[in-house]
Amino acid sequence: MISDKQLKQIVEAAIFAAEQAVTVDQLLSGALANFSLNRPRIRQVLDQLQDDYRERGVQLVEVASGFRFQTRAELGPALANMWPERAPRYSAALLETLALIAWRQPTTRGEIEAIRGVSVSTQIMRTLQERGWVKVVGHKEVPGRPALFATTKEFLDYFSLQSVADIPALAEPPEPDTRERDMIEVLNSENGTN
Amino acid sequence: MLEPPVTEQHSLPLGFVRGEPMFDRPDDLYIPPEALELMLEAFSGPMDLLLYLIRRQKMDILDLPILPITKQYMEYVELMHELKLELAADYLVMAAMLAEIKSRLLLPQLASEEDEELDPRAELIRRLREYEVVREGAQQLDHQPQQERDFFVGSAFTDAQDIAAQEPPAVTLADLSLALARVMQLVKAQAHHQVMREALSTRERMSRVLERLSQVKRLDFVELFDVSEGKAGVVVSFLAILELNKEGLIRLIQAEAYSVIYVSRYEQLAQEETPAL
Repeated sequence: MISDKQLKQIVEAAIFAAEQAVTVDQLLSGALANFSLNRPRIRQVLDQLQDDYRERGVQLVEVASGFRFQTRAELGPALANMWPERAPRYSAALLETLALIAWRQPTTRGEIEAIRGVSVSTQIMRTLQERGWVKVVGHKEVPGRPALFATTKEFLDYFSLQSVADIPALAEPPEPDTRERDMIEVLNSENGTN
Repeated sequence: MLEPPVTEQHSLPLGFVRGEPMFDRPDDLYIPPEALELMLEAFSGPMDLLLYLIRRQKMDILDLPILPITKQYMEYVELMHELKLELAADYLVMAAMLAEIKSRLLLPQLASEEDEELDPRAELIRRLREYEVVREGAQQLDHQPQQERDFFVGSAFTDAQDIAAQEPPAVTLADLSLALARVMQLVKAQAHHQVMREALSTRERMSRVLERLSQVKRLDFVELFDVSEGKAGVVVSFLAILELNKEGLIRLIQAEAYSVIYVSRYEQLAQEETPAL
């Protein structure tokens, strides 16, 4: 039987040593594979670790793809001085496009243009896809079969989010398009009569 | 973990001029051309400009004051038109839409057309509200801690992967025998109340074999086994012989294939200079 102290040490070390964020399942099937442990116990240990790190320069944070250690956000300016190159700053247009895709996903270029009132910059879409924040998840079954864009876990991880709902403005799902709403009503009434 | 992003409903900076947030705008619409160029960059599009104009009037989007807003918007667009033609295209589409709504509002309406759905502003209001959400969302996203800008992912060095990748060393029969002997000892240690196991100690058996070999020069391999001890006893004796052989305390000699195997102590063998296997 593994002690809480040993378990905490293994979990802490596993998250630090992993190249990516680690989920509870990955811990159970990886570093903790030789112990028969249940998920609540791991959760409890992760909670304790988060508490232990609360006042430290490094924090245990849960993002979309699991748990990872990251430096406190307030330390960003100090740490940035360690490297000569500056972190990229993203334009309002790029962030709006990204926020829009996150909110309305899966969505098409046409819908993005309709809401922002500007033609979507190819450069912005390329940047978003190169960064791995946005990807094509399918095609809308309308003439022209436009690509449907959605945000990725990498996007959530980068912005230290667990889900899009963590952004208060985007937490409420968009109201369906009036035309779509009419169509849904028509479909519902047809179903009702059958 | 996550700081609640600061919501700035009425004091949004218009933009950033050389890193300084711009909150205010000249009172009238006259803007020096250089300043307008900066402002153009501050607005992310016609919806942004429209939203700015509505907010400057401290109006609710729902009471979209189409007439004054259209007038102001057109003046901005005219200024833009003179400076940045290619950028004004999207703004001109909006201008056309505003002009259309304005003209429809100016026309007398029939009573039957007073349906809310038919208010020409409805579609624009819907779009503005959606855009407002997106704009707010984009700003909150920008306030969110960002990797590389605000935080860095921590990691620790581990050589665990090297250990996992290493080839396991080749195991010899002797190693296996040794391991088994250790296990037997462990079993013995944990089950000390079992007198039978105590009697079958390999180490002890080794001593007994050596003892017997000290009395005679050599013994037939078979003579070292006491069949009355049963299978367990035979196994222990065999392990003891393997162990002794491995430790170089005894030598096993066989003149030719399938012939009798003789067991002797190493020192005696060395004296005789008999070829050993």
